[in-house]
Amino acid sequence: MTAAAQPSLNPLRLRERIKLPRQHMPEQPADERARNFTEVNLGYSAELARREALRCLECEKPTCMDKCPVGVKVREFVRLIVAGDFLGAAAKIREDNVLPAITGRVCPQEDHCEGACKLCKKGESLGIGYLERFVADYEQRMGTISLPTVPPTGKRVAVVGSGPSGLTVAGDLVQKGHKVRVFEALHELGGVLVYGIPEFRLPKDIVREQIDQLQAMGVEFETDVVVGRTVTIDELMEEEHYDAVFIGTGAGSPLFMNIPGEHLNGVYSANEFLTRINLMKAYQFPKYDQPVVDLRGKDAAVIGGGNTALDAIRSALRLGARKAYVIYRRSEAEMPARAEEVRHARQEGIEFRMLTSPIEFLSDGKGWLGGLRCLRMQLGEPDASGRQRPVPIPGSEFDLPLSVAVIAIGTSANPVIQSTTTGLVTDTRGYIQADTLTQRTSRKGVFAGGDIVTGTATVILAMAAGRRSAKSIHEYLTTDQW
Amino acid sequence: MFRITEAEFIAPGIKRFEIEAPRIARKQEAGQFVILRLYERGERIPITIERSNPIGGTISIVVQSAGKTTHLLNTLNAGDSILDIVGPLGKPSEIALFGNVVVVGGGVGVAMAYPTAAALKRTGNRVVSIIGARNKELVILEREMRHVSDELMITTDDGSYAGKGLVTDKLRQLLDNHTRIDRVLAVGPIPMMRAVAEMTRKDHIRTIVSLNPIMIDGTGMCGGCRVLVDGRSQFACVDGPEFDGHLVDFAVLTQRNSSYREAEHRSMEEFRQELEPSFAGSLADAGCTQGGRR
Repeated sequence: MTAAAQPSLNPLRLRERIKLPRQHMPEQPADERARNFTEVNLGYSAELARREALRCLECEKPTCMDKCPVGVKVREFVRLIVAGDFLGAAAKIREDNVLPAITGRVCPQEDHCEGACKLCKKGESLGIGYLERFVADYEQRMGTISLPTVPPTGKRVAVVGSGPSGLTVAGDLVQKGHKVRVFEALHELGGVLVYGIPEFRLPKDIVREQIDQLQAMGVEFETDVVVGRTVTIDELMEEEHYDAVFIGTGAGSPLFMNIPGEHLNGVYSANEFLTRINLMKAYQFPKYDQPVVDLRGKDAAVIGGGNTALDAIRSALRLGARKAYVIYRRSEAEMPARAEEVRHARQEGIEFRMLTSPIEFLSDGKGWLGGLRCLRMQLGEPDASGRQRPVPIPGSEFDLPLSVAVIAIGTSANPVIQSTTTGLVTDTRGYIQADTLTQRTSRKGVFAGGDIVTGTATVILAMAAGRRSAKSIHEYLTTDQW
Repeated sequence: MFRITEAEFIAPGIKRFEIEAPRIARKQEAGQFVILRLYERGERIPITIERSNPIGGTISIVVQSAGKTTHLLNTLNAGDSILDIVGPLGKPSEIALFGNVVVVGGGVGVAMAYPTAAALKRTGNRVVSIIGARNKELVILEREMRHVSDELMITTDDGSYAGKGLVTDKLRQLLDNHTRIDRVLAVGPIPMMRAVAEMTRKDHIRTIVSLNPIMIDGTGMCGGCRVLVDGRSQFACVDGPEFDGHLVDFAVLTQRNSSYREAEHRSMEEFRQELEPSFAGSLADAGCTQGGRR
């Protein structure tokens, strides 16, 4: 790599740059997109991308980069966009992030790079996510990805799970010359990127292309393998002779609310609802065989305030729901969802019922959901998370008529691997214990990262754990030191 | 892709397949199942593994035509392939020396009960098996079940073979005769499993049922297969599929398994009209089993 930073080619003075408005992301009109599964954001044109890139202040100390969990060299890649070298910009991102077309779409940039952008002080931050997406898509379209070739090390690594952490580990390690094989439990590769995040936010072709790239780089994939059942980690290491294993199986089991009526037909976990729609393509039923409940003309609600909750309710709307509610026990300020998703959802007509907590799923008398009994909440003293604790308002009970409810309140650790692997220590909640820097587990040669270590988090944090793991695995494989 | 090495109808609408799946064959234990998907646009369906050959690297499944997927599956033959098979899933059956065990299998449930009956027998239990079907032609695995049972009783609903009646009639007789029973395993349609569990409740005979809820991933990720057991949610794919029959809420299971009845019918109708105009009548004969595992 060339050590010297790309010189600035930006013809504008800093004062001029600050005055430029943030370039809007072209998007499908809200009333149209609320009825289809096509991507909401349409992407920058080259012209828009260059205009947006010109806004970058090229800070001496780029705080955006410090705040990126995987350390993307934002200033450098934006300079390359200004210079018109889009492929160079993509290659620059790829040094730190093997899935730019994905993070450019789903990363909560406001919590990371864009939140740290100095332009925020005067107005809106640089559209770093939009720019990342642009160059990744450009590179994809040109089909000219240049990858350095490295001599093989002869070491073999098994990666369990093909979600964001696993793909990152695979991409990073294969570039170091290690042989990597990724095992996936489902029939499709991508983990949460394909079963969880809907087409309208992250087209599956994009995920497919990113995986094809990894395949082109030499990563091997095997689907239909539930590690812990089909083969255990012990067997992978002892019988199939993998030198190291990375566990990136995701958070796993959906949490339910344990309130009456949860077994009624029409009550789903977000994982099931989204898996039916995204992975099994139930929105194309009967062209695809797996169905989801018929939502046409029905009222639906999601319980929860994260990205998954919004993905679920916006999917319900697209499947024809008449009314679509987000029910969240705190206020909008505490919602963990990406700001852009909240804005999009509101534009599409999703109704937000904040400070509302369900206490019972009501039957329609025929085994199906008929309504949701809720309590209104108010914010009280801060709780352990530092957020104000929602407290029920006495006597505030009310019933909301509903046919479909989706529970999106988080997940707990799936125990399949932990219970079948010797010497793997978990915490009291069943998550795998791994060192926060090296991602090493208690078992020699076994590393873990992503939601199975931290609990529910984001794509980019899983990728960051993947990066740390890859670095640490490489060290282990080359030094043999544990 | 998973290649089919053998395929034969063992009864009208019921086909037995042997499929190359070396990883699964190596690990399979009695009571476990696979989830398969036939083709790109196909649904995922769970099916119990009837037996496996770890050395030859094959597993066997027994499939009854019920919905679109099972119908399509049963058109496949040796040399054809199945796009995806994942497993072995679920907890294996609990196998120990219990003493006198009664294994009750109804319809295609006999194929699911068979590997557990065999394992129980191998462990030294005295196995009395009761298998039932609607008529003589639909009695399956009689020879295999006889081989792993100390005593085999057969019933047919219409009396066309062996004793006329239901499997529960035979169980009733055993109970009335004060036969010592230490454990019961019941696998079959929900009403049968429910009836067996009710029958053994009074005498506190430990009764295990193998549940067949709707399922998608089979790894505990989606929660679609949740069943109510002793008032608590359990996932049949990872906590089961076998549960204490005295604690299972069968009404909830029946109700949840009906969730997609309309969609299933629509799927089947379109499939029938578009692809196979000929088998209009054959469906009614096949005897639909509701729910996921078929």
